[in-house]
Order: sequence, then C-alpha cells, then structure tokens
Amino acid sequence: MAGLAITLGSGAMTNSVAEVVDADVIFLIGSNPTEAHPVMGAQIRQARQRGAKLIVADPRVIDLAKEAVVHLQLKPGTNIALLNGMMHTIITEGLMDKDYVENRTEGFDELWDVVKEYTPEKAAEICGIDPEDLKAAARLYASGKRAPIYYCLGVTEHSSGTAGVMSISNLALLCGNVGKYAAGVNPLRGQNNVQGACDMGAIPAMYSGYQKVSDPDIREKFSKAWGVELSAKPGLTSIEAMNGAAAGDVRAIYIMGENPMLSDPNMAHVEKSLKNLDFLVVQDIFLTETAELADVVLPATCFAEKEGTFTNTERRVQRVRKAVQGPGESREDWAILAEVMRRLGFDPGFSSSKEIMDEIARLTPSFGGISHERLDKEQVQWPCPSADHPGTPILHLGKFSRGERALFRPSPHIPSGELPDDEYPMLLSTGRLLYHYNTPTMTGKNEELMEIEGRSFIEINPSDAAKYGLEQGGRVKVASRRGEIETEARITQRVPEGVLYMPFHFADGAANILTSDAVDSISMTPEYKVCAVKVKKASYEDARVS
Amino acid sequence: MLNVTIDGQLLQVKEGTTILEACELVGAEIPTLCHLKHLAPEGSCRMCVVEVKGARDLKVSCATVCDEGMEVVTMNEKIHAWRRFIIEMLLADHHIDCFSCSDTGQCKLYQYALDYGIKEPRFQVEPRDWEKDETNRFFDYDPHKCILCRRCVRTCNDRQVNHTLNLTGRGIDTKVGMPFDELFIDSNCVSCGNCVSVCPTGALATKSSKDYRSWEVTKTRTTCSYCAVGCQMDLVVKKGKVVGVEPADGHSNKGLLCVKGKFAYKFIGHPDRLTTPLVRKDGVLQPVSWDEALDVVADNLQRIKAESGPDAIAGFSSSRTTNEDNYAFMKMMRGAIGTNSVDNCARV
Ligand code: SF4
Ligand code: SF4
Ligand code: SF4
Ligand code: FES
Repeated sequence: MAGLAITLGSGAMTNSVAEVVDADVIFLIGSNPTEAHPVMGAQIRQARQRGAKLIVADPRVIDLAKEAVVHLQLKPGTNIALLNGMMHTIITEGLMDKDYVENRTEGFDELWDVVKEYTPEKAAEICGIDPEDLKAAARLYASGKRAPIYYCLGVTEHSSGTAGVMSISNLALLCGNVGKYAAGVNPLRGQNNVQGACDMGAIPAMYSGYQKVSDPDIREKFSKAWGVELSAKPGLTSIEAMNGAAAGDVRAIYIMGENPMLSDPNMAHVEKSLKNLDFLVVQDIFLTETAELADVVLPATCFAEKEGTFTNTERRVQRVRKAVQGPGESREDWAILAEVMRRLGFDPGFSSSKEIMDEIARLTPSFGGISHERLDKEQVQWPCPSADHPGTPILHLGKFSRGERALFRPSPHIPSGELPDDEYPMLLSTGRLLYHYNTPTMTGKNEELMEIEGRSFIEINPSDAAKYGLEQGGRVKVASRRGEIETEARITQRVPEGVLYMPFHFADGAANILTSDAVDSISMTPEYKVCAVKVKKASYEDARVS
Repeated sequence: MLNVTIDGQLLQVKEGTTILEACELVGAEIPTLCHLKHLAPEGSCRMCVVEVKGARDLKVSCATVCDEGMEVVTMNEKIHAWRRFIIEMLLADHHIDCFSCSDTGQCKLYQYALDYGIKEPRFQVEPRDWEKDETNRFFDYDPHKCILCRRCVRTCNDRQVNHTLNLTGRGIDTKVGMPFDELFIDSNCVSCGNCVSVCPTGALATKSSKDYRSWEVTKTRTTCSYCAVGCQMDLVVKKGKVVGVEPADGHSNKGLLCVKGKFAYKFIGHPDRLTTPLVRKDGVLQPVSWDEALDVVADNLQRIKAESGPDAIAGFSSSRTTNEDNYAFMKMMRGAIGTNSVDNCARV
C-alpha cells in the first residue's frame, strides 16, 4: 500500500472488480483469488472463458494456474527478480509503451539502471524457473490491450513487500497500463474492511483520508473540529506496539475486533508482550485467544447487528445494515468507544453511526460527498469530494493522484529475511483457504465448514515426503527457529520441492508459531510468506503424548 | 434508437434491447422461467412468449430483440393458453409437494400455476426412480421438482465457471447432474450455492430453507463481512435470527456469492457470543455491569496516562468492523487519549 502511494500517489486498487471480465490479458501475482476472493476468482474465470489469457506467478499450483497460459512457479520471495526480468525483456524487445513512458512517467533511466542487470536468464535463475517462460510471460503481458495486474498477500507479506509492490507498479507503467479501463495495478485486500480501516485513519501517521499527522494545517483542522490539542508525535504500528509492550514502554493496549494471538506472526512473542502489559482491553464478539488474556472484555455487536459502512477492495463504500438484535448486552463498537471517550472527559461529538459518517465527510476531502442517505441509493467509490460527484471507478485517468507523472521506483532483488540453511532446509509459506477466513473466529462456528476443512495441515511435495518418510495424512512435526508444531501431511504436486505450504487459520498446529518476525521496513508488514523450517515424521510416541 | 409499441404504448429503446427488456421499461409484466439477468438469453422455456404484429408465431420475448416499428401485445387469449399449456406440461412431470416443499411462497412454478388458474395437473407422467442428492453439506437436489430451466447449469458453467453441473440423460429422463452420475460430495463443487440461489423451484434448495417460509421472514440488504470483494447480500431473518443469505446484484458481485458469504452465517447468533462485559477479578474474568467495566477501562487508561504519558497506551483497530467504528476508534486514541499509536491489522 505504501508502495503505490509513492509511485502513483494513492495506495488503493486503481480499477474496479467487475472490469476484469473485459480484460484480454490478466496477470496474477501472489494472489489466489479462487480461495481468498472467490467472487473475484469467478469473474477472472469468466474473463478467461471469454478468451482472456492468464499469467500466474505463484510458487504453488493454485487452481487458476491450471488455466493459465504461463504459470511461473517461482521460489517464494523472488517476485522482484521476476518482475525485473520481465521488464528487461519488455524493454530490450521494444515492447514498452514509449509514448506513455515519455509523457506520463518519470525515472525511466533509474529504472533501466537497476533492471538492466536482470537478464531473463539471471532473473529466471533467482526465481528457479525457465527463462523462456519468463520471456513468454513478459511478451504476453506487454501484448495486452487491457491488462490488469492483481496481487495480494503473496507480494505484500514479504520483508521486501513494498519494493515488490513498486516493482509491479513499474511493470504496469512501462506498458501504459495505469489510468485506463480494465487494466491497472490492483491490490486485493485481505480482510473485508482493510481498505476502510486505513481510509479512516486507523494507521499511525494519517488521519482519515490519508491526511498526514505531520502536517500542521491538517492537525489544526482536526484539533479545531474535536476541540482538543493533538499530538504531533509519530505513533507506533501494531508490531512496534507489541515490541514496546515486551520492553515495558507500552503499558496498556486497547484491541477492537482483532485476535493478534492467532493472526500475528510469532505467537510466542505476542503472548509474552500481551502478558507483560499493565492493562489490556479487548472488545470483540467472541472470547478469542487474545480476549482470554485481557483485564476487561467488552461485548460488541457483529456486522448483522449494526448500521454503518464497509469499503471494499475497489474503494466502494457500501452500507452495512442491522438485520437482528445483538446478543445479551452487546453494544455497537462506536457506541462503546463513545462511552469510553466520555469517561475520559472527551466529548465524542456523535450519537449514531450516520452522524459519524457526516463528521468523516466534513473532515475528509475524499469522502466529502458520502453520507448514509446517499449510500442507500448508490454505492460510490472514493475519491468522492462532493454530493454531486459521481465517485471514481478508475484512478489516475488523465492525471495521477501523485501529479502529472507517475514515478518508476526500481529495486534490486532482496533475499528474504530468513532463507533455508542446513539446519532448516525447507521454505514454509502460509495462506488462506476457501472455507475459512483468517482466524476462524467466525467461520469456525459453522460445523459444515469445519467438516470440509477443520484441521491444520501442511502441503509437501511427493519427493520431499519420500525423503522424510512421510505418509499421506500422517502426522508431521514442523520446526522453525521460533517453535515447533505438529500437523497433518498433505502430499501434493501443488507445491514444488523444497517448499511447504500451510493455511494459517487453525489454532491446532498454528502456523504462526513458526513464522518469522522479519518485517518490511516501509510498511511494517510481517513476513508471513517465507520462513525456514525443518520437518520430521511424528513418531508413535509423539502421537500418544499429544 | 428504435420506436416500438408495447400494448399500445409507444416508446424508444436502444438497438439490441430485447422485447422483455422493453416490456420492463413500460412495466408490462412477463412471466419468465429460464431467463436470468447476467446470463446469456437462452429462450428455452418459452414462458415469456408475446405476440408481435405481423409474425405468424408467438415470440420468446427474452431472446428476441426489438425491430423498428415493432408492435407487441403481451397478453391475449392465445398467449394465455400457450403459457398455461407450458405450466401444465411442467406440472405433469413435477412432484407436487407444495405443502411441505421448502420453496413454497417463492417458487415461480407455483406462482404461475396460480396466476394462470391451474387447479390440478391435466397430464401425468409416470415418476422416474430418481434419488435425491442430499450429499452436499449446505443444499439438496430433488430432480422430481426440476423444470430443466438450466439456470443452475448456466450459472455454474458461465458465471461461477466451475463446470460442475450439466444436463444428463435423454428425453424424459433428462435431469441436472454431474458426469458419471457423481454425487455433489464427490464432485468438484465448491459449495458456492449460486446454482441454488437461481433455482426458480424447490429442486435445488438450501437445507436451512426447510426451517422457514417466505412469508415468515424479512430481508435486510447488507455487505458481506468476510473478504474485501464486498459482495451485496440480503440477510434472511426469522424471529430475530438469521436463517439464510441471498445474493444481491451489487457492483462487485453481480448476484454471485461464495461459500462463506452464502453459508457461513451461523456465527451471528452463536451461543458462544459474548453477552456481557467481563472484568478480571482474582485472576478470573467475571461478568460485570457496563458501568463497572467502562469505569475500569477509563480509570486504568487515565492512571497509565498520568503515570507514563499518552504514548504508553496503544490501540489496535479492526479491519473487520465498519468505517464508522474505525473512525471512532482513531478519534478516541488521538483525541481522547492523546496518542497517535493507533493501527489496524491491515499489515497482517
Ligand atoms: S454450488 Fe457452485 S460449484 Fe457447486 S454446483 Fe452449484 S454453482 Fe456449481
Ligand atoms: S435444478 Fe432448478 S435451476 Fe436447475 S434446471 Fe432444475 S429447476 Fe432449473
Ligand atoms: S461472498 Fe465470498 S467473495 Fe463475496 S465478499 Fe463474501 S467472502 Fe468475499
Ligand atoms: S424466459 Fe424467455 S424463454 Fe424462458
């Protein structure tokens, strides 16, 4: 997200979901939409059925890889090398959009300075793929008239995630694919309202609408509206706050609707940090693993029990409506927060969800034309600065959010924070399943879903399985430098040799006991996608003990 | 633009507009069975027939485009008789089970039988020895209620693009099925439920639909809370409980849902939900009143702020709750507590 803000001027998905059916070449990198964004996945398949050609870059043979013209089965953590290699081919074979690069971008020389090192042969070697496949992918992408790129956590959840995103942006700009219909650079957001949480200023450095805390005028505006002096001191990200808690500098944490015990990398560290706190408040709908550690637990309502809005991955603000009453004494999140604010001697300034949206619109230029009343009639995409503005389905049309020109920001290949070695010889990568959603706080309450996929497992290539004497469905121990878990072996060609894949949804055999706390230096995204592990067959004795 | 006349009413339509679409523009109701928005017109059920002046036969309105000067009549004796005949043919081969069928109240066949004055089936076909397929965890297929409109088949193949369903068998033995007479459980079906949502009868029906009748429920339009596609959906509510989910025609989903949006709603009223505030006393979380819990929160935040400054407090907001909740959270952290240490798990 930080990456696109730098190169284009806005971190959000440039185009709309449904445009994909009109694409002619689709490039998926580090995203598995048929499992993580199924209705997007269905529309990608509709496009393919109508003749669009698919390029998939993913270490695993994901379902869409089987339908791809080219599947680049690259090693986890080598996206940048791949993208640089593709750009090398596009530039040297004269396939770039020269007019676009000349008139709408800057930094091409700097790009070439970095990219020229990445001949297809060299890039392919880093990625562990055939250089001919890399070239074929580059040519195919460059040939697309409407060629969107979709990416997800497989790009961002690396310690080089921001550089990876900027490399995707470089590729799209090189072919003139930003600022037009059915094209663009499209991050598929993980959680339903990640886009909205960021838009609303639930990030340390920005108020709502990406207005900078460091800008004195902006601070002044919010300060006036809220009737209180506001701090200019940079805040901590959630990872920094966890570290602060472990060190004792952060003494209290208020958590609303998250379960970092299961969702953060390095679970042992999270537990230690949270236990070290003087005071922990958790506001949630279930007594999660995190809530169990809290000093105070506040019962909230879920989406079916409240009024409000979510913003989807394409920046569309859509209504959430109350269908049923929340259980027991549960209350809406904002209403609980308003009570806390009052008790802290601060006037929240609103008494309904609708009034909050009106305040957001007043203080946030990109939401200026958005209100619950309007959303009841039409669901608009921000930026939507005024009531008569139709919203913005496609960003950067004619002009970039950044200004006249977009920026090429190249990066060399950055090896992952933790790579296999003699002691931990395998690469572990994590991800989502179709039938679950993050920590199974919600999906786990559906017995049918748990029947289909209810326990943790690890995917392993047949030749690795043979090497370690593993059987299909047998128990296997997986250890990293941070911990060890036991899970079930699923022997499959979906993963290449040397790579393991594990869904991160389950508390039994929680993948996050293993994952690394290396983080991206710009976005502070933890590196879920790659860490080094070793495996061994769980013995009969082990099975008896557990 | 073309000039057409529908039941004497003149209107202008764009080239390529079907007669059915033109009829909708003037509010003339046409019964349809196989036709569905977002699917290519198929024109197979012939329920939507209308009369076009000058044409010898009735025309299927969903699959016929308007011509300049076309004059359309949407109801007369001939049309009525023809539609009635179609329904009677469908009923001849239908397991008429309306009193216990879960689709009662929303079944199109039932509705049209009423509309066209059919009291009992005129023809009867010997029932086949087909079995119901109840192996999917979320829905069942009863071939005896299938009218072969192919909505499910086309939705699975052209919209979900999962290629699970097809028509199998020949002539009178035709039914919806999978290659080699597979059962749902053994097929590649991903349980998206989109075929079920489009079925106009009770042939494909969710297991939960047995628990309610259409007149007992209310529907609330909302946004799916699982992934960021943001599909639009209606929550089906009976007596304060969500009993089902139906897809709506949103910008990003165009009437589709996935297994999570369609079927994973049981967490909503789950008995494990938190129902009262809890405060840790003697090491154990114990139920307390809201007033007590909120005081404990405010007192401790004040105390820590007084002792160590506002930056000793951090907040994690949620990428799962609403924009309004997130805004309120960041306002509390920055405005009421005085720290910029507010983050969400977007990075995670
Ligand atoms: S549930 Fe989905 S995948 Fe399964 S048959 Fe129906 S449409 Fe096809
Ligand atoms: S199962 Fe339903 S949707 Fe499918 S063909 Fe039969 S009646 Fe039509
Ligand atoms: S229905 Fe499925 S694809 Fe649509 S928003 Fe919900 S989880 Fe995402
Ligand atoms: S609705 Fe027109 S033929 Fe079926």
